[in-house]
Amino acid sequence: MAPLTEPIPLPELTTDELSRYSRHLILPEVGMEGQQRLKAARVLCVGTGGLGSPLALYLAAAGIGTLGLVDFDVVDASNLQRQIIHATKDIGRKKLDSAEEKLKALNPALNVIKHDTMLSSANALEILKDYDIVADGTDNFPTRYLVNDACVLQGKPNVYGSIFRFEGQASVFATEDGPCYRCLYPEPPPPGLVPSCAEGGVLGILPGLVGVIQATEVIKLILGKGAPLIGRLLLVDALNMRFRELKLRKNPECPVCGLNPTVTELIDYQNFCGIVPEAAQDANTKNGIPQISVKELKRRMDAGEEVYLIDVREPYEYQIAQIGGKLIPQNDVPRRLAEIDRNREVIVHCRSGARSQKIAEFLMQSGYPRVTNVAGGILAWSDEIDPTVQKY
Amino acid sequence: MTIFIPTPLRTFAGGQDAVEVNATTISEALAKLTETHPELRRHLFTAEGKLRAFVNVYFNDEDVRYLPAKEATAVTAADTLSIIPSIAGGWTN
Repeated sequence: MAPLTEPIPLPELTTDELSRYSRHLILPEVGMEGQQRLKAARVLCVGTGGLGSPLALYLAAAGIGTLGLVDFDVVDASNLQRQIIHATKDIGRKKLDSAEEKLKALNPALNVIKHDTMLSSANALEILKDYDIVADGTDNFPTRYLVNDACVLQGKPNVYGSIFRFEGQASVFATEDGPCYRCLYPEPPPPGLVPSCAEGGVLGILPGLVGVIQATEVIKLILGKGAPLIGRLLLVDALNMRFRELKLRKNPECPVCGLNPTVTELIDYQNFCGIVPEAAQDANTKNGIPQISVKELKRRMDAGEEVYLIDVREPYEYQIAQIGGKLIPQNDVPRRLAEIDRNREVIVHCRSGARSQKIAEFLMQSGYPRVTNVAGGILAWSDEIDPTVQKY
Repeated sequence: MTIFIPTPLRTFAGGQDAVEVNATTISEALAKLTETHPELRRHLFTAEGKLRAFVNVYFNDEDVRYLPAKEATAVTAADTLSIIPSIAGGWTN
């Protein structure tokens, strides 16, 4: 396929660059012109986490001229198992600053542009417009759909990667003739039905594998060489170390890239993904479930009340930290209802309050008259009540 | 035929990554799968019995939605079905 960009003239390589990229220059598929194309290229990495770390590092090493990074987060100790652009000394630091330092150390000629923000419908088109290619390393459905739609609307390839536990997916979306993310998944799953990585865990090496596949596709698109992952979904199964490939088709009825698109501007992606903004809800109830703070829970315990606390996390999480709840893992709840007393106020907790909210809603639907969710879960307990309760 | 179960749904299929079923069509294969593993049903199908929009089913390497006979497509023991749900992870805070 043809190279992505045709800037005229291509930038010259300096003497330092000729020696730095010598192993590229002797590859016929890259050569002098290809290396100049990489130097001229502008790539946007959305997220500098698990996928963004290897992506940005390899793109910087390969000689990409301009690398934009979008992130608003700070480095946490639990990131370091996989987010290899950040180091132990960076804990608490902005991911953008930490990433920039590593990238510039690797390649001082690299132009890093930091977008210290959460990508949103209000800023996405403005941020994307200066880039040739977008690499999506985000962690949530609203941003996935946002990146996809913004790429389709601006005609920019979306190099996609996604991971869960031991499994990954990669593809190239939103090229002129290829399918987009919405052709593959017209609708997001309702919140709660698909677990997030924070709940399900992820093998630290997996984003390395998938992020490097994304980086490879970015480079190929810029060079216009090889067969890109357009119209193909690559599946990576790290546990069995098996790679499979599925055919993707452009859906003529796709609401954003189809023949008669109904999405012609960016929409409210939180709403599209069924996420109700916090402000629109009564702070003390969520979807009809009363929320109890950890401070109030502790106050009731200290007052001598025998609170009826159910812990819906997994046994391995219970081993790390617990606050005295009865352990019934979330997926066991439906068949263990007999163990949960309907006549008492059932207070449910998990790590962050998200899973327990789902289970509280399930219990309410199952006819439990008094169900309460512990807002913030173990994390809030560790922050506000007892720091010796281990966060994870 | 072999039905590949993706990681997020394995809890509902007894932890297995693949399930063997004897079936003559794709819909029969999925029916047998959810008979054996009833918890999978609500993850794969709507209350009206339609495949959910965020779950893709592939017959070998082809999306079932694009097969001429769709779910009525005939299958043999050598064929595979892959269930591919959307996953969002990557940044993973």
